[in-house]
Amino acid sequence: MPAISIEKAPQPASTDPSQIRNFAIIAHIDHGKSTLADRMLGITEVVDPRHMRAQYLDRMDIERERGITIKSQAVRLPWRSGIDGKEYILNMIDTPGHVDFTYEVSRSLAASEGAILLVDCAQGIEAQTLANLYLAMENNLKIIPVLNKIDLPAAQPDKFAAELAKLIGCQPEDCLRVSGKTGDGVADLLDQIIEQIPAPQGDANAPARALIFDSVYDVYRGVVTYVRVMDGHLSARDQIQMFSTGVRHEMLEVGVISPEPISSKGLGVGEVGYLITGVKDVRQSRVGDTVTNYNNPTKVALAGYKDPKPMVFSGLYPLEGSDYPLLREALDKLQLNDAALVYEPESSAALGFGFRCGFLGLLHMEIVRERLERESNLSLISTAPNVVYNVKLDDGKSIIVTNPSEFPDGKIMSVEEPIVRSTILAPSEFIGAIMELCQQRRGLLLGMDYLSEDRVEIRYTLPLAEIVFDFFDKLKSSTRGYASLDYEAIGDAEGDLVKVDILLQGEAVDAFSAIVHRDKAYAYGLMMTGKLRELIPRQQFEVPIQAAIGARIIARENIRAIRKDVLAKCYGGDISRKRKLLEKQKEGKKRMKMVGRVEVPQEAFIAALATDADIEKAKAARK
Amino acid sequence: MKETSFYVHIPYCVKRCGYCDFNTYTPTELRDGGTLETVSGDYIDAVLRELEIAHTQSSGSVPTIFFGGGTPSLLKAKDLGRVISTIKEKWNVAPDCEITLEANPDSVDVAKLQEFKAAGFNRISFGMQSAVPHVLATLDRTHNPDNVERAVRAARTAGYESVSVDLIYGTPGESLDDWRTSVSAALSLGVDHISAYALIVETGTKLAAQIKRGDLTMPDDDLMADMYLLVDEMAQNAGMSWYELSNWSKPGHESRHNIAYWRNANWWGLGPGAHSHLDGVRWWNVKHPTAYKSALFAGNSIEQEREVLTEQQLKDEAIMLAIRMRDGISLNKLNKDQVSRISGYCQSGHLDQAQWSNGTLQLTAQGRLIADRIVRELVV
Repeated sequence: MPAISIEKAPQPASTDPSQIRNFAIIAHIDHGKSTLADRMLGITEVVDPRHMRAQYLDRMDIERERGITIKSQAVRLPWRSGIDGKEYILNMIDTPGHVDFTYEVSRSLAASEGAILLVDCAQGIEAQTLANLYLAMENNLKIIPVLNKIDLPAAQPDKFAAELAKLIGCQPEDCLRVSGKTGDGVADLLDQIIEQIPAPQGDANAPARALIFDSVYDVYRGVVTYVRVMDGHLSARDQIQMFSTGVRHEMLEVGVISPEPISSKGLGVGEVGYLITGVKDVRQSRVGDTVTNYNNPTKVALAGYKDPKPMVFSGLYPLEGSDYPLLREALDKLQLNDAALVYEPESSAALGFGFRCGFLGLLHMEIVRERLERESNLSLISTAPNVVYNVKLDDGKSIIVTNPSEFPDGKIMSVEEPIVRSTILAPSEFIGAIMELCQQRRGLLLGMDYLSEDRVEIRYTLPLAEIVFDFFDKLKSSTRGYASLDYEAIGDAEGDLVKVDILLQGEAVDAFSAIVHRDKAYAYGLMMTGKLRELIPRQQFEVPIQAAIGARIIARENIRAIRKDVLAKCYGGDISRKRKLLEKQKEGKKRMKMVGRVEVPQEAFIAALATDADIEKAKAARK
Repeated sequence: MKETSFYVHIPYCVKRCGYCDFNTYTPTELRDGGTLETVSGDYIDAVLRELEIAHTQSSGSVPTIFFGGGTPSLLKAKDLGRVISTIKEKWNVAPDCEITLEANPDSVDVAKLQEFKAAGFNRISFGMQSAVPHVLATLDRTHNPDNVERAVRAARTAGYESVSVDLIYGTPGESLDDWRTSVSAALSLGVDHISAYALIVETGTKLAAQIKRGDLTMPDDDLMADMYLLVDEMAQNAGMSWYELSNWSKPGHESRHNIAYWRNANWWGLGPGAHSHLDGVRWWNVKHPTAYKSALFAGNSIEQEREVLTEQQLKDEAIMLAIRMRDGISLNKLNKDQVSRISGYCQSGHLDQAQWSNGTLQLTAQGRLIADRIVRELVV
């Protein structure tokens, strides 16, 4: 039997690095990573067959009574090689699968010596997987290409083996073929991990250096920090120190996940495990930071530490003004587990009190909003997302603008905006549609390669601002859902950008101001004024709705004055009914926001801020 | 001396009109096998029972009595007369008491109207709705427009002091010219009073279903507004002036009964679903005639629900009702805040400038069109 029981397997803190293999799995979200992981847990027998269930690792967060909620998959798997018959410890390290978390992915990869490139052989590689593959290759990781789901009738293993071979620079027959579902080829894959991926190397006698590749807040235990020991040794009795902050922490527990947490005496060179220090906030235990021994600290940190930098900003406001303290509480709570989330209070004449929040990207923004709404039972309005602008003024000063309302009027020398390098993978029939979309979004074509006969990789530089506004939805709809997108920030570039204000009866509505390219200002103005004309009820006077760049009006609509607002009949039996209606309207009027003298129902703000995709989603939810 | 007006609900019709959601029943809807003849007799008995209850709680004089429905003119004059004479027996009914009958122009002739007159009625209100056949058809009304003229002439012959007609505007498919035709037809009858109501589509009616299906389309608010301004102008030209949002009369022919509602006076509503108001308490009766009758004959309560108005509700109601009237609201009854909130409506032409300077809030024709909006400003 190639499986070894946990008790008899090499123990943490006393496993020779030559017996260790650390690997990441790079895969797109539905390419079968969880199922493959299940099979690995089963074959290595770290999970008793009686306790096995589908997507075992994904569901561990439900098991709160066990004390630790585990998001990360960093699982220690003992395995006896079918090739040389020796005992090994395989550490499977998970990687987040989305564009916004590239930095987290890079740290997971930095904790590994090799990576399994897992591709559904009915679908082929996706853009985000490709991006992560490139990241792994840049990090000199040994790549094992694996075609999954070979049991599917629609599988085209030969086609995608050729595609992967071309990408990695190997032979098509080097691609392993597995089925996570049936278990076919999984034992062979484990053996190949041992054969192909190099053992970790490090200096066991040097001061301890461990890389934090994930950090998770748990309500019972505080922050659980996942580390890979590079040099030296971490022991349960140590005091440790975070290199970036210099802060000392007591070690309360050290251990490995297999796949339940098992505390150990320590962790040695090349090992992967967890630390608990009593810290309550993930920002004190940051991904990418170096953990060292307080009494014998290293002088050199591990390379590659970065502070997470928010790329996308949006205002979040509670639908009910009285929920503002609740929103603050919910953000504070969420930040314990999300070092990349930043926020500060802001107020909007239109939306009341809320927070300006910074996110790593669009997905991060969506996740945060969804968690706030679900976990704290809040209803939120978010303003249209925007990027960070660097505005240089005539007097030489420069300001960082994260909110259109801070955009200065006049005296602007130049405006810089973030630029991304984007990669789009799609069937070649959609090349035209994709290029057209990218052109509309101020894209510059960098290049195009055929991955196979009918699949292409298209590379563009695009202003990030063009992507944050419904680019992904448009890309999906113009490619029947086949295209995938990845992007990475590559710096800032000057753009001909202006702020468009939307005025109601001459008063600017802060929530609707947007920074856009000059060529698109008119279209934005037309779109917003048209939307608002439909959404704002008629008032006692005529209300002009204007779009303006500075003092120059670029679009105008009118809401005509209301002519009729009365119930014609009011006799004895109508009085109670009419008074009740009035009482209800009184409540409704309290929810009206005043913009100057114009009453705007809150629903109008929400509807005006919604994108086409939001509206589609809302429609779908109603069904 | 305390005053109590009476409203008497007659919950029967020959046929239900497509727009109507009133508490009224056709013989088929009643499903008890009775005809109007047989049901009306014991219905009046039931009303007389309720009058006994009313007498234990209200006394004093009676300035007005109003028979509405339904179609009160479907019942025999002597049956309605029993109600009037009972009120006269138990209360102090003034000699000038206004006693109104709502009548369907189809179901009356001089002889019948004379019988009603003899029973005590002195004011009559005909449901005319429109003079344009396609509009009547959409409203699902049965009468022939010519019957209205015959009915009004018959009422004059029978000696009624005040004759009124009701009109409805804003029916799907009705043009401004159609409306002009109806208003001038009504005014040419030489009536003393007209009421003109914007058609309200009530949920559950046949009309609501037709609109929902897309068979009919409601006119837009701008056309409705133009129709209102038209009837206001035409009524004025005919020597009538508005005294409430939807009501115009020759001098001295205002409906005193309806004014009682708008002044929050006391009234007792008799019959199923009828609402009453006595000194800040409102209540209403069970809705179905059968339930109403059986409760009364069994000696049980007929009250469906009751509300004791709070100070705030009394204030809100007073504003909501008084603003509808030409007399308007005296500005010294409003606080500073309220006055400042609505002063803008004076500049925008919704409130009468001269009256405002004299210390009164009075709506202009434009203002009447947005009365509910101005009420909302006042009561927030």
